[in-house]
Amino acid sequence: MLAASEPFVTSSRPCSLQSEANVPTVDVKLVDVVKRFGDAVAVDHINLEVMDGEFFSLLGPSGCGKTTTLRMIGGFEEPTSGLIELQGQDVTWLPPYRRNVNTVFQNYALFPHLTIYENVAFGLRRQGVSDPELKSRVHEMLALVELSGFDARKPTQISGGQAQRVALARALINKPAVLLLDEPLGALDLKLRKQMQVELKRIQQEVGITFVYVTHDQEEAMTMSDRIAVMNRGRYEQLGEPEVLYERPTTRFVAGFLGISNLLPGTVGAADGSYAAVRLADDTTVRAPKSLFVADRSGVSVGVRPEKIRMHEQSAEPPAGHNQLSGTVRDASYIGVSTQYIVEARGGAQIMVYEQNVERATKAELWAPGESVRLSWSPDHTFVVTDDEGAAAAAPR
Amino acid sequence: MTASGMTMARPKGTFSERFVRFWNRYLLFIFTGLAILYLMAPVIVIALFSFNDPAGKSNFVWQGFTLDAWLDPFGVAGLQSAVAVSLGIAFASTIISTILGTLIALAIARHVFRGRSATNLFIFLPMATPEIVLGASLLTLFVAIGAPPFFPLSAGTILIAHIMFSISFVVVTVRARLAGFPTHLEEAAMDLGANEITTFRKVTFPLILPGVMAAALLVFSLSIDDFVITNFTAGGTVTFPMFIYAKARIGIPPEVNVIGTIIFLTAVGLVALSTVLSRRRTMRDERLARMQIAEDHK
Repeated sequence: MLAASEPFVTSSRPCSLQSEANVPTVDVKLVDVVKRFGDAVAVDHINLEVMDGEFFSLLGPSGCGKTTTLRMIGGFEEPTSGLIELQGQDVTWLPPYRRNVNTVFQNYALFPHLTIYENVAFGLRRQGVSDPELKSRVHEMLALVELSGFDARKPTQISGGQAQRVALARALINKPAVLLLDEPLGALDLKLRKQMQVELKRIQQEVGITFVYVTHDQEEAMTMSDRIAVMNRGRYEQLGEPEVLYERPTTRFVAGFLGISNLLPGTVGAADGSYAAVRLADDTTVRAPKSLFVADRSGVSVGVRPEKIRMHEQSAEPPAGHNQLSGTVRDASYIGVSTQYIVEARGGAQIMVYEQNVERATKAELWAPGESVRLSWSPDHTFVVTDDEGAAAAAPR
Repeated sequence: MTASGMTMARPKGTFSERFVRFWNRYLLFIFTGLAILYLMAPVIVIALFSFNDPAGKSNFVWQGFTLDAWLDPFGVAGLQSAVAVSLGIAFASTIISTILGTLIALAIARHVFRGRSATNLFIFLPMATPEIVLGASLLTLFVAIGAPPFFPLSAGTILIAHIMFSISFVVVTVRARLAGFPTHLEEAAMDLGANEITTFRKVTFPLILPGVMAAALLVFSLSIDDFVITNFTAGGTVTFPMFIYAKARIGIPPEVNVIGTIIFLTAVGLVALSTVLSRRRTMRDERLARMQIAEDHK
């Protein structure tokens, strides 16, 4: 059985550059996948579809189950229940070496006893690729990650960023259907990380392979991904394109995890055209797009991103139809490109406001703590989140 | 004063200053030399007396130089067979205990199974038990079984005893190597298409090989000079240490010193060889790295 498996591996790893059709095919499919470690549920009934050629990210805090999900796709963990499909084939119970996926590990996991050349050639050697072809493919791959000439070095003789690129080359050379990346930039410093983000995206577009990327860094996920699943406590709370997740988060967790947001609890009131009204704690009424409201939910929070809010004199009349709040500036921090204010609304809520330093830039022009201001923002920039805590209590109603 | 000092071209400073300078420069060197001398003195004496031409049976007083013992090291009755038995047992027990011990270490380090902590304890026991107790209880056991291969006592029973205590040392040494070895490497190998056997052959084994070799060398030397346990389990068989012990009462012949010196030189030679090889490898790696760095900057 084992002896026979090696030739099988070769035949099961075809080039993945397949259907040029317009309809994207599903590369990775998770159906109701559950993973328990003892009593702890690491992954809780996940359903996912990753499309061919997509850059897909699993984003969440540590312990949210994102790495476990990735390891199940790679074959390093077996799900407690559920189904995992790769390009339509059920791989749930196949070992890693029988799956058409490759992984870039968090700590790179380069083989310390092999040279860079042999590290990159490892997968092709397992497939029995002949020497001349092997050589040209390894060199081609090292060129892609800009490490030509590093053949003879050992992993201990290269820098972290270079090791990162070797790990990438070692995985990509096998032309997997899907490349799994487990926080691959976590060990790099900020500047190198930014550089590698651009690099990774370039390589992904160049080779056209589906990437499934695990990270806890929301900026990293937003920079590179086509779609993101934001995970929390074993399941994903929201899945979508980066802009949708940022502009229209649907849960309190997503709103807080991707950037800063101001959340104001309130009660749903009457609808008016395409907007619905929400009455806040201090009796102010704000409006938000009607489509964002979940039916049968009266207790919600409305949210707005700090950079969407504009500040006016108390006496000024803000644009018609905009949501408004009155408050007092409590804190102002000038950070060059913008100034960050904390405004205490009449109801007591602390609201974060970012103002670009365009109209006001000098100290005398900026708002000072203690000043009374009027805040306004467009109802289209208002999003609605359901309260996680209230979810269970609200359900029976 | 200054003129004479310059023409004499002597090191500047007073005597005490020069003494301190000398002391600072050579202190470590002197201490290292003394430490080596302390460690090597017995070995030097053994080697020296292998050239002695003793008057009577005892080889404790220098009488005169001769190459007799070196030209015919097995001239003493019983020495050749004792050395052969010791080497045979040492090789056999090293090979068997290294294989078994490495597998046990892998099992303990990699898998969680029923009886894992019990295995850990039992592996540790032979190292903690005094040899004399171990030897006596093995003797009792072999007599109680009273059937081959455990009885009558022979080279076979010595081998069994040696394998038993050697396994512990192999497990401990290899496990230490495995502890600093990330499991991600094995996952990476499987991820790249290597099945379990290929992963072991191409990744796991090459990486634990230094630990396995160290363990093999350790248990070989433990086996070849073991006396206490061997004496209990030998029956009529005579090993090299037992031969020396028996001769000690009537005087150790210089031929024993010859064998001892040869064993020492072989060990030193092997260590020197491995040092040279690893240094050459390091130098080659560094040269390649330098060449590449030079190329990068072109």
